[in-house]
Amino acid sequence: MFVCSWSELQYCIETKDLVRIFKSKDQTVKALDNVSVSIEEGEIFGLLGPNGAGKTTFIKILTTLLLPTSGEAYVGGYNVAKESNKVRKIISLVSGGENPGYGILSASENLWFFSQLYGLSSAAAKEEIKRLMVDLDFDEYAKTRMSRLSTGYKQRLNLARGLLNDPKILFLDEPTLGLDVLTSKKMRSYIVDWAKKEKKGTVLLTTHYMAEADEMCDRVAIIDRGRTLACDSPLTLKENLKENVIMRVEVSSVQADFSFMEKMAGVIGFSQTRSIQTDTTTLKVMVHDEPIFSKILAKLEEQKLKILAINKAEPTLEDVYISLVGRGFEGEGAE
Amino acid sequence: MKVVYARLWVRIKGSNQEPEWVAAELVIPLLTLSAYIYLYKMLNAPPEFTGFVVIGGTMIAFWVNVLWNMSAQFYWEKETGTLETYLVAPISRMAILLGMALGGIVNTTLRAVVILVAGTFIFQAPLVINEPLTALLMFFLTITALYALGMLFASLFMLYGREAWHTANLLQEPVYFLSGSYFPTNLLPFFIQLLASLIPLTFGLDSVRRVIVQGEGIADIWLNLVALVIFILVLFPLAKFALNYMENLGKKEGRLTLRWQ
Repeated sequence: MFVCSWSELQYCIETKDLVRIFKSKDQTVKALDNVSVSIEEGEIFGLLGPNGAGKTTFIKILTTLLLPTSGEAYVGGYNVAKESNKVRKIISLVSGGENPGYGILSASENLWFFSQLYGLSSAAAKEEIKRLMVDLDFDEYAKTRMSRLSTGYKQRLNLARGLLNDPKILFLDEPTLGLDVLTSKKMRSYIVDWAKKEKKGTVLLTTHYMAEADEMCDRVAIIDRGRTLACDSPLTLKENLKENVIMRVEVSSVQADFSFMEKMAGVIGFSQTRSIQTDTTTLKVMVHDEPIFSKILAKLEEQKLKILAINKAEPTLEDVYISLVGRGFEGEGAE
Repeated sequence: MKVVYARLWVRIKGSNQEPEWVAAELVIPLLTLSAYIYLYKMLNAPPEFTGFVVIGGTMIAFWVNVLWNMSAQFYWEKETGTLETYLVAPISRMAILLGMALGGIVNTTLRAVVILVAGTFIFQAPLVINEPLTALLMFFLTITALYALGMLFASLFMLYGREAWHTANLLQEPVYFLSGSYFPTNLLPFFIQLLASLIPLTFGLDSVRRVIVQGEGIADIWLNLVALVIFILVLFPLAKFALNYMENLGKKEGRLTLRWQ
């Protein structure tokens, strides 16, 4: 098993007050604001946040694609800014929604090509490619041109590419973006097995899917507008919310204004999911005490909204996020 | 070397996968050649002009390849997402460029040979080759200098957005003209000739023509040889420096993998 060379600190990944500022002619954006994270060897660590939270910026710095404006970042004990070549030898990056290679080449040809970037012998590479294709269940498409693969199979190919070099630290940037439920589930379970059962390495995952972070990660850092708001195991983060009341309400409108809740005392936060197909909005409201909730219902009725369903909900990671920022992931800008 | 070979293999495989592309790359240059050859025939130019145009058309295939498949390559890789994969891998970026260049050379040489043979037979171009080794040497030096220039452009274009496309367009026609692909440059005013001398293709094309069409030898074209060697010695280190510089700049500014700018 891989041992971090930064032995005195015992972390595979560590960032200290990481800041990244993007400047353009008309604006300055602080994408990361003093982010300090420590990830242990063998951990599956999730960065959870809405689009624009700074997740991709963070992962780009750790994978040597971007320099921090200030602060320090270490991967496998190596400084990402000063020892980028050493970092590259032990990592791999898989980004969701990306082309995993050249469209004109077949799946296996693409994998062979990428294996050569890591110095594998052709024979070893072919064996490993065959194994990964079988494991990820796309061996029947080995000779199919990459451009003709469906999104799901492209992403399997992408993951296979990321695992070809047997990385010690695997970076996954929204790995299941745009995938169907079954393919996502299969990929998640493969990654968990890779890190936990086979003990192949450490995983840093960015996602904006709550369930994904909940299902896969040992620990999760919740990030918003470049700042880490909380960092713990999904269970502990959810346990911390037990004192609050979370209600799910379905109302018969997609246009109603729920901003009154922002100023209402006792409301910790809320999220809204609008469905144009059913012309309904599902509100998830977190309050300190149950009586506050009856005031909210009264306000909704004042707006002549038909309440279709009400039920109490168990805390999820989304609720953790709502409790920290007062809103859900909806309505965020693109990253 | 594995990286060089792998990137070379991708280029060769990718460029020859579609028969329509290969056909277009062979037919279009032959049509251009015929246009110039008939123009010179109408003007009652001496028969050497046919050889002049055939060699020009053959060599210009390399310039087109350098511009579109070499210089703009990192830009395309960035747009399609593969550049990120290269940059995360523990490899020399120059190895990728070298693989791309060698793949381009192999592909274009195959096409150039077909253009040369077809052009010579169809238009009966009079070729006088007294020193075949000199012809090969000058060809090799020209191609090396040209692809070294391509490697430099690839590095510079890496951070480009859509302007990479326009820059390539901007460079295409003037180089056709200045390098003397279809027109003799010695008829151009001095300052334009001076400008043309900044392009390795000008010296390469002139020397290859003189050796293949006019039957001259190394003693006659040694100045071109020296110029090409200087180009190579300057352009390779410059490409390496530019690649490092642009990569660091891109990492600093956050533009290295920023797409659709």
